[in-house]
Amino acid sequence: MAWLVVRIAFSVCLLYTALAVFEDQVGKFDWRQQFIGKVRFALFDTHSQASKKLLVATDKNVFASLNSRTGDFFWRHVDKTGPEGHIDSLLMDGQDAVVVIGNGRLLRSWETTVGGLKWETVLDTGSFQAAALVGVQGFVKYVAVLKKTAISFHDLTSGSQIWVENLPDSDSVQYQTIYSGGNGLLFVLGVVPNSHIVIVEYKMEDGEIMNKKSVEAAWMSSLESSCAVISSGILLCVDPITQSLYTLLLQSTEQKDMKQIHLQTLDLEVASGFQPVLTSTQPNPAQPPLAEFFLQLSPDHHILLQHKDGLIAPLRDFSPSNLVAFATTGEKTVAAVMSLKNDTACSINLFSAETGRRHLDTTIIYHMDPSGGKPNRMYVHAFLKKDDSVGYRVMVQMEDHTLTFLQQPGRVVWTREEALADVVAMEMVDLPLTGTQAELEGEFGKKADGLLPMVLKRLSSQFILLQAWLAHLWKLFYDARKPRSSVRNEVTIETLSRDEFNLQKMMVMVTASGKLFGIESKSGTVLWKHFLENINPNSVFKLMVQRTTAHFPHPPQCTLLIKDKDTGLGSLHVFNPIFGKRSHTSVPALPRPIIQSLLLPLIDQDYAKVLLLIDDQYKVTAFPSTKNVLQQLQDKASSIFFYLVESSQGKLSGFRLRKDLSTELIWEVVIPTEAQKIVAVKGKRVNEHVHSQGRVMGDRSVLYKYLNPNLLAVVTESTDTHQERSFVGIFLIDGVTGRIVHEAVQRKARGPVHFVHSENWMVYVYWNAKFRRNEFSVLELFEGAELYNSTVFSSLDRPHPPQVLQQSYIFPAPISTLEATLTEKGITSRHLLVGLTSGNILSLPKIFLDPRRPEVVSEQSREENLIPYAPEMPIRTEWFINYNQTVSRVRGLYTAPSGLESTCLVVAYGLDIYQTRVFPSKQFDVLKDDYDYVLISSVLFGLFFATMISKRLAEVKLLNRAWR
Amino acid sequence: MATKRAMSLLLSVLSTITLLWTELGECNNGRISEDVVDTDFSGFSVPLEHSFEVDDVPRFRLRGALQFRGGRENSVYLSQNQLTEKDRNTLKDVAAVDGLYRIRVPRVNLQADRQTERQSEGYLTAFIRACSLVESHLSDVITLHTDVSGYVIGISVVTIPGSCRGIEVEDEVDLEVFNTTVSVVAPVTAPAPETAPFIERMEQEMEKKGKNPQEQKSFFAKYWMYIVPLVLFLMMSGAQDQSGGGAGGGAASGGGR
Repeated sequence: MAWLVVRIAFSVCLLYTALAVFEDQVGKFDWRQQFIGKVRFALFDTHSQASKKLLVATDKNVFASLNSRTGDFFWRHVDKTGPEGHIDSLLMDGQDAVVVIGNGRLLRSWETTVGGLKWETVLDTGSFQAAALVGVQGFVKYVAVLKKTAISFHDLTSGSQIWVENLPDSDSVQYQTIYSGGNGLLFVLGVVPNSHIVIVEYKMEDGEIMNKKSVEAAWMSSLESSCAVISSGILLCVDPITQSLYTLLLQSTEQKDMKQIHLQTLDLEVASGFQPVLTSTQPNPAQPPLAEFFLQLSPDHHILLQHKDGLIAPLRDFSPSNLVAFATTGEKTVAAVMSLKNDTACSINLFSAETGRRHLDTTIIYHMDPSGGKPNRMYVHAFLKKDDSVGYRVMVQMEDHTLTFLQQPGRVVWTREEALADVVAMEMVDLPLTGTQAELEGEFGKKADGLLPMVLKRLSSQFILLQAWLAHLWKLFYDARKPRSSVRNEVTIETLSRDEFNLQKMMVMVTASGKLFGIESKSGTVLWKHFLENINPNSVFKLMVQRTTAHFPHPPQCTLLIKDKDTGLGSLHVFNPIFGKRSHTSVPALPRPIIQSLLLPLIDQDYAKVLLLIDDQYKVTAFPSTKNVLQQLQDKASSIFFYLVESSQGKLSGFRLRKDLSTELIWEVVIPTEAQKIVAVKGKRVNEHVHSQGRVMGDRSVLYKYLNPNLLAVVTESTDTHQERSFVGIFLIDGVTGRIVHEAVQRKARGPVHFVHSENWMVYVYWNAKFRRNEFSVLELFEGAELYNSTVFSSLDRPHPPQVLQQSYIFPAPISTLEATLTEKGITSRHLLVGLTSGNILSLPKIFLDPRRPEVVSEQSREENLIPYAPEMPIRTEWFINYNQTVSRVRGLYTAPSGLESTCLVVAYGLDIYQTRVFPSKQFDVLKDDYDYVLISSVLFGLFFATMISKRLAEVKLLNRAWR
Repeated sequence: MATKRAMSLLLSVLSTITLLWTELGECNNGRISEDVVDTDFSGFSVPLEHSFEVDDVPRFRLRGALQFRGGRENSVYLSQNQLTEKDRNTLKDVAAVDGLYRIRVPRVNLQADRQTERQSEGYLTAFIRACSLVESHLSDVITLHTDVSGYVIGISVVTIPGSCRGIEVEDEVDLEVFNTTVSVVAPVTAPAPETAPFIERMEQEMEKKGKNPQEQKSFFAKYWMYIVPLVLFLMMSGAQDQSGGGAGGGAASGGGR
């Protein structure tokens, strides 16, 4: 019987927490955007004229095929992260794309139309150098892979290895490139830096070394950066020191040293300090490269040169020219040259490669986004028009990883914001009020200036409200006549305003490349973007909302702290999160490395929260630093505490602010680094509300929660990684007093540890090294049956340590990130959002993670609705909030409360971005979509009339009775 | 020298000993052999220092000595001095300006075998408001936290009660002797998922089911004699009265589930 009741209780709980969306709700309040990352290789499918395929391989180990007309995916393959999945090389021939992966670990061939794997070969170990398609008799048949010590030769159709040969003297010679002109020979070129070049000639059939020679080149340090192979096998190199070009015929046995050609003889000069770049093209791997090549002399100067009969002659001088690229269609090879006109516009022109003559009507004028940086690379797709002239399309890659696809005469076909594949920080900001609401707010915001003007102002604002309401009604009437689909109006920055329940917000995203985005959360439209130039690639960002939208007429204000990882020097970027514009506030100069930043709950006279920045000498800089702020800081100094973590020394220290804005050390905790190292420190979220102070027990008593807002969760990992001795340490430390509230060790556990710290609980996930599985553990802190001081919490006055309850569970899936839902008032029950490596996001009810889950069911635990303990955590597919919308490589989850208590907004970011809403306790404050308004109103009216009639009838009856 | 004089002059207070030394890692247990414990029987002591200054610049003075007994059965005593007249006055003054009372101990390893291994550089500090110390009549609780290998990683001090209500402490005697509770706390071992008891319980459950099939009948099997007539009755009444029947049938099916 007991078991039955338990099961019923269990199923009731499940019913209660059932999430999942209905079929017709798909895409209603969620959206997903997929990205690929920074493009490293891009190839157009030139196999057929009508092909729309564009193959790309990126630094995020993504290999994808894009539709060049729309910018959407045909297909996308996401490989392993890190060096294991690193794409070394991408080659394409016809329908086949050959990819070398993981520093020459794997060789794969993909079918490009559907993205299916044709074959895969595991290569011998050795660091990858180069790969090339090799053709013979006009047909591409093989692929050669050059490693540090060996070269292997594979069949293109099956991937089988035909031969593999060790390279001669590979310990001293750095082999770097392969060249084949389609004549049955394969050349492997290597260099001994500042000494000589080595050329090894292999026979294609069996890998026999036909010839091996070394040529003096004392000036050369790297083949790859300074050489190229042009026309029938001529190695061309450039040396900036002697300002000269060198040529060498690869196949000849007579030529013993390189032929030097001074650039001066061609009237050319390399800009000082610039490493000149040679760009050649080999349209068909089965045929030798063209005799024409580009030489880049300075960042904005290219020359098209031609090699003819042992002589080099310039064809055309391009100045200014920032980017050049060759493209081939049919028999014609063209060169596209991009030159910047000014900061926002550039032009691209097409030239014949053979003659250097300009093709007529091929100019593309491209107006760049002023906030997008400079163009970085250009990929050209040339095609033959009906009249046999050459047309072309260009994909431009910008500094901020944006891809723009251009068509003549300058139309932007599509743009992809690939910086969004690497979001590092985000915040959600409320949208501003509508014009009329703002007007009303403004009325109260301004200071009173006499009775009459106030009355007039009130009247005018009321009139504006009336006007707006009429306009709204008119719009409703007008829209009602139009079909549903066309009503949906585009979101633009002008029409942006807060909706009734504040469900629509502005997502401010900071990406690793230094580009900021403002994305409207309902549709995912990018409303503004801003590229921060001169950002070190490995900078750390911290985004803070200093002023929310609530303080009209003051605009909202976000502050981005950018910290250089190497020097520690910080800088501030202050901007308006709604429009993305930089604010005109004076930003304090930060001459010293910043080690901590904290946003205080103090506000200045303009309602901006005060940001404190602490430098490496423990000096404090306040921003904004007006007199008012400094005065407030002085008054509150003795109650402003902060902590610092030095994980390299295992040191946590607490400081207090002094009246003169200097700081004093007040506590120190040192966790010796010999045994364990600090991996993460997390406080609680500032905007979190806890609705109930305690939990009602089965016997109607109350167990009070230990709600310490200053509590820090410190997680350590052991330095010993042996599976029996490794452990994960959990410390709960009060950030004000430095008191260690709880200290626990999870034995036989290993990282990576993901954890959430909220309310009175902490949930962490670790890897059990002994049983090889993921485990969840939950810690809850309670004060006990009595509160020490129920009115206010002070870390300085809470002498009794809390009771700590803990329980662990097995979680049968690998986890990549963890977050908890957050709602406006904290009434709604909490769910844990678990980002799985499989790309799903699981919404796990917190009641499953409750250390009070009983082993044996009792009357009291039933009363409390506690689920009996089960060691394994269930995973139900209806708990996946992103149903089949897989989010690749979830790295972070962001939750924000909405205006509705039941609703929490969730953004998952990683390679993809996914936004949705979750209702942890279902939509208890919203009427259903299919709510029957007609029925309820007809019943109401019916009742109303029935009472009226019956009242009348009763009156008549009474009157009649009185007459009787 | 200072220590000696203070010890001879003043009454030393032995404070309460509490010991919470839970199971430590096997790796540590194996290392501490019996003879080491024997030779190190006297244990060792570590100075506990405090500082309270009106200008709030820490100047640490000796407050007492924490005496540890080495080995597994680790215990700690605190022998400390009385506050002098001057100290009492300073403490009161510091309390009046809401200054801090700080304590510190050097970083030590309680499980190291030799003196040289024990000490390492630096101190661990903690603080309380001086007024709360005064108002609690010098009754404080000091806790030393250690990590898995016996290193002291943090010290915490609280007074009971911990509040500052501005109560004047008249009696000088109240501020002479510390009433201190000292303890050493080692990390607790967090529980792992309890699979074994769960399986055991499930097995017991199954056994019970097998032994006593009568009790484990389903809801329907047990109460069918009540449900069937009820459903029949509702269906009959539904047949007679169309409008009532729909509602009744719905209720019956709902109840049945």
